Amino acid sequence: MLTIKDLTVKFPSRFGDFSAIKGVDMTIKPGEIHGLVGESGAGKSTVGAAVIGLLQAPGYVTKGILTLGDTDLRKLTPAQAHEVRGDRISMIFQDPQTSLNPLMTIEDQLVETIQAHSDASKTVARRRAVDLLEDIGIQNASQRIKAYPHQFSGGMRQRVVIALAICTDPEVIIADEPTTALDVAVQSQVLDLIQQLAKERQIAFMLITHDIGVIAQVADRVTVMRKGRVVETGDTAQVLGAPKHPYTRALMDAVPPLDQKIDRFRVPAVGDTAVMQGDTAERWLLEGQQHCLTGLTLENLTVTFAGPRTSLFRKPSPFVALKDVALNIRPGSIMGLVGESGSGKSTLAKAITGLVTPTCGTMTLGDTALPFGKSRSRYHPSRQLVQMVFQDPYSSLNPRHRIGDILTEPLWFYGFVKDPAKRKSLVASMLSLVGMQPDAITKYPHQFSGGQRQRIAVARALLARPRFLICDEPTSALDVSIQAEILNLLKELQAKFGLTILFISHNLAVVRQMADDTAVLCNGKIEEVNTTEAVYESPQAEYTKSLLAQTPVMPKSWRQWAHD
Amino acid sequence: MIAFLKKYEGLWLFLHSPSTIVAAMVATLIILGAIFAPGIALVNPYNLASFSLFDGLLPPVWEDGANPKYLLGTDDQGRDMISAILYGARLSLVIGLSALTIASVIGVGLGLAAGYYGGRFDAFVMRIADVQLALPAILTALLIDGIARGILPAAIQQDLRVAVLTLAIALSLWVNFARTARATTFVQMNKEYVQAAIMMGQRPSRVMFVHILPNILGPLLVIMTVDLASAILLEATLSFLGIGLPADSPSLGTLIRIGMQFLLSGEWWILWIPTLFLIALVVSINILGDFLRDIFNPRLR
Amino acid sequence: MVYFILKRMVQSVFVMLAVAFLAFSLFRFVGDPITQMTGVETSVADQERLREELGLNDSFVSQFIRFTGDMLQGDFGYSYRTRQPVADMITARVPATLELGVVALIISLLVGVPAGVYTALKPRGIWTQTILMTTLVGVSIPTFVIGIILIFLFGVQLGWLPTFGRGGTVQIGNWESSLFTISGWRALLLPAITLGVYQLTLTMRLVRAEMMEVMRSDYIRFAMARGVPMRQLHYKHALVNTMVPVITIIGLQFGGVIAFSIVTESVFQWPGMGLLFLESIRFVDIPVMGVYLVVIAFFFVLVNLVVDLLYVAIDPRLRLRDVE
Repeated sequence: MLTIKDLTVKFPSRFGDFSAIKGVDMTIKPGEIHGLVGESGAGKSTVGAAVIGLLQAPGYVTKGILTLGDTDLRKLTPAQAHEVRGDRISMIFQDPQTSLNPLMTIEDQLVETIQAHSDASKTVARRRAVDLLEDIGIQNASQRIKAYPHQFSGGMRQRVVIALAICTDPEVIIADEPTTALDVAVQSQVLDLIQQLAKERQIAFMLITHDIGVIAQVADRVTVMRKGRVVETGDTAQVLGAPKHPYTRALMDAVPPLDQKIDRFRVPAVGDTAVMQGDTAERWLLEGQQHCLTGLTLENLTVTFAGPRTSLFRKPSPFVALKDVALNIRPGSIMGLVGESGSGKSTLAKAITGLVTPTCGTMTLGDTALPFGKSRSRYHPSRQLVQMVFQDPYSSLNPRHRIGDILTEPLWFYGFVKDPAKRKSLVASMLSLVGMQPDAITKYPHQFSGGQRQRIAVARALLARPRFLICDEPTSALDVSIQAEILNLLKELQAKFGLTILFISHNLAVVRQMADDTAVLCNGKIEEVNTTEAVYESPQAEYTKSLLAQTPVMPKSWRQWAHD
Repeated sequence: MIAFLKKYEGLWLFLHSPSTIVAAMVATLIILGAIFAPGIALVNPYNLASFSLFDGLLPPVWEDGANPKYLLGTDDQGRDMISAILYGARLSLVIGLSALTIASVIGVGLGLAAGYYGGRFDAFVMRIADVQLALPAILTALLIDGIARGILPAAIQQDLRVAVLTLAIALSLWVNFARTARATTFVQMNKEYVQAAIMMGQRPSRVMFVHILPNILGPLLVIMTVDLASAILLEATLSFLGIGLPADSPSLGTLIRIGMQFLLSGEWWILWIPTLFLIALVVSINILGDFLRDIFNPRLR
Repeated sequence: MVYFILKRMVQSVFVMLAVAFLAFSLFRFVGDPITQMTGVETSVADQERLREELGLNDSFVSQFIRFTGDMLQGDFGYSYRTRQPVADMITARVPATLELGVVALIISLLVGVPAGVYTALKPRGIWTQTILMTTLVGVSIPTFVIGIILIFLFGVQLGWLPTFGRGGTVQIGNWESSLFTISGWRALLLPAITLGVYQLTLTMRLVRAEMMEVMRSDYIRFAMARGVPMRQLHYKHALVNTMVPVITIIGLQFGGVIAFSIVTESVFQWPGMGLLFLESIRFVDIPVMGVYLVVIAFFFVLVNLVVDLLYVAIDPRLRLRDVE
């Protein structure tokens, strides 16, 4: 049994000591899957790193008790600690691609690990490795084992990583965001595997994640962390269903449910971000032909990319990113586009905005045709009417430009406002409209958090007076509570200004909350498109059905309070 | 307080790194000396009338037979060593900096464009870079010199010496800039702020110079310091080989070449003083370059 | 993968052609070969006849084709200065430069790689700081100064080693080697160290940077989490992964070694190609200059090609396609 009591980790730096975690208590019994959940900066990874002794320098454990069974983990010498690693405690990381040495075969990596902790000969070790891979669910293991990591797909790679972690029969496995980088279907399989291993081999799992759905699906008990401290701990059903601590409650309030649409997320009013006023900006956005609702129609849209050249004689086989996509986005509505990575969702956005040239098909914005990428003039009106909010708040704003410069750019570029002073005041007003302080104008993007940057990105999009907005995974990089705020913001703005929105996401629950209609994209083809209710309640396509079935959610029965 | 410190982290690091402070001081001193050489120096080494053979081969002040007017002694022509190295540093710096400017403008321009446009243009630029790389720096410099010698009439060869050298050195350095600019531009092209700008319909030149360029300056700055050191070393090497600046308008390299004649005969200062000076200059530039590199890549600290 | 190799070879051929073009342009536009070869006494009519005979009145393109053809057959023309076939002059000097370059490269690798590994694995040790400082100074000293210092120390003050020339040589077929005599080695030592020092510092810094980067990677962290013994971690995992990108750079460096040999040969009066090139510049001996250009580019391109092929052989990601 792993016992953690009053664990504190400090990171000394020039600017003073920073406590990454403080006073953390946790126990994990053999065979228990213990979820460790929290938003970014909560310190969850630090707990895991501290247990296995792999804290990033210069962090160190200042106090606390760390025991595994009878062994006091803190009293071990470095050599002993290294023995314990792999033998009794193991760890797996988020990205299976970078976790494996690209230059060694799977076999070599497995055999080396097995031999490091036992006296097995090479033949015996090889045998064990093959058996292990088969147990894990990799077919044809005796042949596949000779392959290199890059020859496996993402899900298989994570299985190999898990195999490497269990090949030494550890008592505890710390899994740090093990399924975050995986597709829904693969994630479901890996979670099943983890449950199986916990039961059959009585391995204790510390499952670190920010995904509440994952916790709900597999964790027996859960600990919630915030800013380095434990906020609440207990059985999963109780903590998630009837949380005691206000932070946990707020967290659960922010999680978008998959089974119903709520009007607005209940978000705690934090300072002045709840105040969204910007009368000047509001009026400016509503004037002129601004109330003309614009829809978008796509027909037969196909996008092909030339494949990589692998042979001198054969022409490279083209990669079809989008095939025959037909979509009708009603003016003034929100169309959700759901798809996993590689499905073509971003390509669709790029085709609409002209960054990518389709091979055939038509795109019609309102009642005018949209010319394809290369032939679209730089002065085409669609450049102003169609705006985009991107996924990564850390790269969507130019790090070297001030917020004021970034936001006034659309105003003078499209010739909306000639007077620099008027531009400045309009920008200030727009910042208030999206819930930011106007003094942000003189600051740089790095001075703001992810959520704030997304608000600025939304402001930038609005300052072009668009009629059609594409939101490409706008909240995927944000914490759950911040996500709720941004989604609320988007809903409000859409209602006020009659924007037509294409909302792209891989997160089914989020799309349910935002979209009036939903389209499901798989490998470049639209599997299903209908009103959101229809798609989620009575899905027609196989793909949609399996997607909905495999998305980890909290069982309804747990929920003991209702969203309003 | 912490926020304030973080803002001036660079400054803090600078103040806590003794080697960097020393390097900066040395570099500043040398540069100031070079700039104000005409004002400070006793003697103008280019003005043949200002020194005489009679003052030749005098040792530095702490040895016997020295003339206190010439603190570090004189060379075989009678030139004051201090003046010679100040003017020499001046020439070395002028050539180095000019070559650097030309190389960086060409290199960054081509690299940015190659990264932005990609495709055929990129392939074309890369091929040219390949050819340039197949001819190492010294070779290019020597070739340009040889060609100039062959093409230009003897009369103006002397006057154009500096220009030819600068061009030669610049040509051997531009590829570094181009490759780095290209690689960093590729990275930026994937960033969403660039896509947003292109989507808006902004001109390519605006996207490249207003948006992308400020974000790739970091690594380029590091290369600039390293290449400044290389440029100075290259010029010194060329002068040493006799292909660079001649004896009557000597750079540091030329002075070292002259000094080598006296390696065995005992007038050690004619050789070692310019040598030490050159090394000091380049070492401080390199230390500053390392410092810049550490600032822009905090993970390596 | 075959495609990759072919593509690289085509690129190499392109580069060689471009260099040949440059060399040829040198021949054509710089100076007049006729006036170089004859003299003031030859009549204009004779000069014209010579021009016609040598085919100098033909079109640019046909002359270029002839030039390339000649080169491929080993005919490099005649030197303006010595009237000897350039091919002979160069081949006589190749062994000296190659031996010097290879020994220098070996020295730089033997010292540079371990130093790089050590400073990467022990970033805060006192030895590391010393090595880093030394290499910083080493990078800042021009090669010729190092040569001078070594000559002064070991040649003049201590008198241990000779300061110029090649020492005793042994003829093996066409190759005149100085590696088989003690005096040959004694003469080789200082120049090789001089040439190697710069490469050494570059290699060391490169290996250090790469290794530090590798040590921070996820797979190293995972291997540590699995309890893989530290020694194996450092060498089997980290070092092997470090060497892969380092190999490319070393390939590039070999080109630098050959080029820097010009300076070293000058300082030590080492009778190699570099010295020949320097003399040819002084005398504006265009044929030699042009051919030297092509030969150097050839070495460089060849080494790069070999390195790229090595890369493919080592890195399984380039060799094997996805099996699934």
